[in-house]
Amino acid sequence: MGIIIILICISLLIAVLFLGVFYWNMKNGQYDDTYTPSVRMLFEDKPEGEPKDNH
Amino acid sequence: MATEVTYDLVCFHCGQQCEDETQWFHDKPFCCQGCMTVYEILDTNNLCTYYTLDQKPGTTRKQKTDETYGYLDDADAQKKLLTFQSPTFAKVTFFVPAIHCTSCIWLLENLHKLSDGVIHSEVVFGKKSVTIDYNPEKISLAHVADLIASVGYAPKITLAAQHDKKSDNTLATKVAIAGFCFGNVMLFSFPEYLGIDHNDAYLMRLFSKLNLALAIPVLFYSGIDYLTSAFKSFKQKQINIDVPIAAGLIALFARSSYDIITATGPGYLDSFTGLVFFLLIGRWFQSKTYESLSFDRDFTSYFPLAVSKLEKDGWKPTVVHKLKQHDQIRIRNMELVPADSILLDSHAYIDYSFVTGESKPVKVKQAELVYAGGRLIGTPVTLVVEKSTSQSHLTSLWNNDAFKKTEESQYQKVIDRAARKFTWIVLGIAIITATYWYITYPSQMWLVLTSVLMVACPCALALAAPFTLGSMLRVAGRNKLYLKNADIIERMASIDTVVFDKTGTVTHGSEPTILIDGKPNEYTLACIKTLTSFSTHPLSSHVTNFLHQRADITVDKFKELPGKGIEAFIDGRLFKIGSATFTGITEKVSPTASHVFVSIDGQFSCRFSITTAIRKDIGAMIKRLGSRAFALLSGDHDHDKEAMRALFGADVELHFNQSPQEKLEHIKNLQAQGRKVMMIGDGLNDSGALKQSDVGIAISDNQGVFTPACDGILLGEQITSIDKMLRFSRKSSSILRIGFGISFFYNAIALSFAVTGNLTPLVAAIIMPISSISVVGFSTLAVRYAATKTKMN
Repeated sequence: MGIIIILICISLLIAVLFLGVFYWNMKNGQYDDTYTPSVRMLFEDKPEGEPKDNH
Repeated sequence: MATEVTYDLVCFHCGQQCEDETQWFHDKPFCCQGCMTVYEILDTNNLCTYYTLDQKPGTTRKQKTDETYGYLDDADAQKKLLTFQSPTFAKVTFFVPAIHCTSCIWLLENLHKLSDGVIHSEVVFGKKSVTIDYNPEKISLAHVADLIASVGYAPKITLAAQHDKKSDNTLATKVAIAGFCFGNVMLFSFPEYLGIDHNDAYLMRLFSKLNLALAIPVLFYSGIDYLTSAFKSFKQKQINIDVPIAAGLIALFARSSYDIITATGPGYLDSFTGLVFFLLIGRWFQSKTYESLSFDRDFTSYFPLAVSKLEKDGWKPTVVHKLKQHDQIRIRNMELVPADSILLDSHAYIDYSFVTGESKPVKVKQAELVYAGGRLIGTPVTLVVEKSTSQSHLTSLWNNDAFKKTEESQYQKVIDRAARKFTWIVLGIAIITATYWYITYPSQMWLVLTSVLMVACPCALALAAPFTLGSMLRVAGRNKLYLKNADIIERMASIDTVVFDKTGTVTHGSEPTILIDGKPNEYTLACIKTLTSFSTHPLSSHVTNFLHQRADITVDKFKELPGKGIEAFIDGRLFKIGSATFTGITEKVSPTASHVFVSIDGQFSCRFSITTAIRKDIGAMIKRLGSRAFALLSGDHDHDKEAMRALFGADVELHFNQSPQEKLEHIKNLQAQGRKVMMIGDGLNDSGALKQSDVGIAISDNQGVFTPACDGILLGEQITSIDKMLRFSRKSSSILRIGFGISFFYNAIALSFAVTGNLTPLVAAIIMPISSISVVGFSTLAVRYAATKTKMN
């Protein structure tokens, strides 16, 4: 049954790790803006001096 | 050849219809000079991708305000705005209300292509803000603001809006920790749920101790707000809803710790951590709802941040709160006077509608006092400051009771009263049960007593109101009714009288049809425009917006006679603009429009006929309102009385020629009769009435316009659903009552278990979270059901 104690320690450790990661993410502002990055990644970088866009 | 197709032309920049002022550039039509300028800037900088990302992304520049950002170069203003500052690097975040589409994000994140000084810029779409890193050596803060304003994204800068909300993060952390501990405690409670045989008793003890360790941060970190709030209310000798919650939490925790430490039982830590978790989720949901719907009502945000102050080397922008007595300041047309001041120029016209609700400009003579909050109409003037802003007239006016509505919400009072009663009842029951058990079975007494105290915690009661009103706020927001806070829903539910303003509410405010009779020359028209621009009467503003002529004109002896018109001398000639009798003209005119006559030296010059269209479907809405539609208060004369009578029916009171002050008095009288009044107006000349009414709704045809005095903003096109919204809000009280009923039902069951000594940890674990979840689930679903029932989507 001793193995259970080790397993519990590991599971708690992993859970605490995830909690820590969540806290770190939040501190870093990853949840501040959940919309703009999805738009931003689709913008294309146009090379300078490309002919003007006439549509 | 292209003369008759003007109506099909839409502006290449903003997508609005091009009317008389159409400009052409690169074969593209633009509705105004402003839109074209923006296009030119983007075109020269190779930024026309802007127009390919989204359809007509620009915002119209027709009503462009000439806001200047010169004051941003003042060191004090910079200190307030900049989040980081060094000689070569600075970081600023602007709130830009115009952000609305993909193109906006793209353009604002490509600012570095417009100016060398900008290093990097990043948009947060949800908050409509842009954070700009720039090099102060190359570009000043004022120029950064000018730059984004020049491409159509004027930042809105206020002193009041400069505080960050860090507290949200701590709440999220509290929820995260409570959730984490809750999950793990449940895991370690599994053996208890399943009933492990007693050979493994040491494991159970280990699990219990682990649970206790996990529960400690839940009580002392996540749940600390409840404890401190209860402690504070004790200090003030009051009992609020947090007291039973705190008592329940402490009882649960203390009882469980005792059980675990003495190894007499597994404790109720699973229900304890779950309880805190669900309570915090309710709080978080509430704060999220408020955050997404909140708008600033702080009066400091309506002041210009800085004014021009005279210093040794000329006029310099100065932050308002740094003004001292005897400082000389200069105020321009339409600017607010920031502090009580003495006028140095010969005379000035000050509009105090912002302060008193009275929109007629007051003439102030040299050396007279101008009060803070007055708006200057006309030519710039110089003033000497008498009192600094903090102690000025406006501050005291704003703190006046007339400008405040009952702060404490009704439901909060109901909850507090219920909590107070509830606490006493529970205490009584606890004492009775304790006595009973002491006599019959003393060893069980403490167990039962703590059980009773524990289930007293009316957590479902605390959750019902924020969840119900929070989801109602959201539904209203989806239907383009933006309310200040959840209390408004309660007040809306009690409304029995609806009062309408006419211009801009029942009729379209923004787009009147104006016809001109007579043939005045360009110079005369310029004179008329100048005179009407001094007046804030809606008809005057229509004429002002209609005319485009400009000239340098000196105006003498300007006078505005309420209900009649305005008169003044220009080049020695007497101009009279106003009603037929006032201008001395006898002419038969059609009664369906408003008419503005102009006479010069008693001779007829011209006539403006202004027709404002009645909004579509408004008649049907008024019928649906029935007896609640009570009165129409119009600042105009009664030329369209017949049309309004036909629209409103025979029972509705129609009042014309109402000054803003009279409107306010009218609302007051209705309230004195015990009526709950909702005022619907455009907020231009009825801000006093909006403030006075129980619920003041400002109609806005342009989402960017903000009226300070209202409780809610309703988009013009949605005015026909006022009746639906009232009906919807009335559902709130029944939903709340049922929610409270469910909560009481659960508490009664739990109490009956507790009193009879049958409350095992398992029962507590099931009853407590289920009661919270079912109340929250019920209120959310009930609101959704009410929304579909009243056809709100």
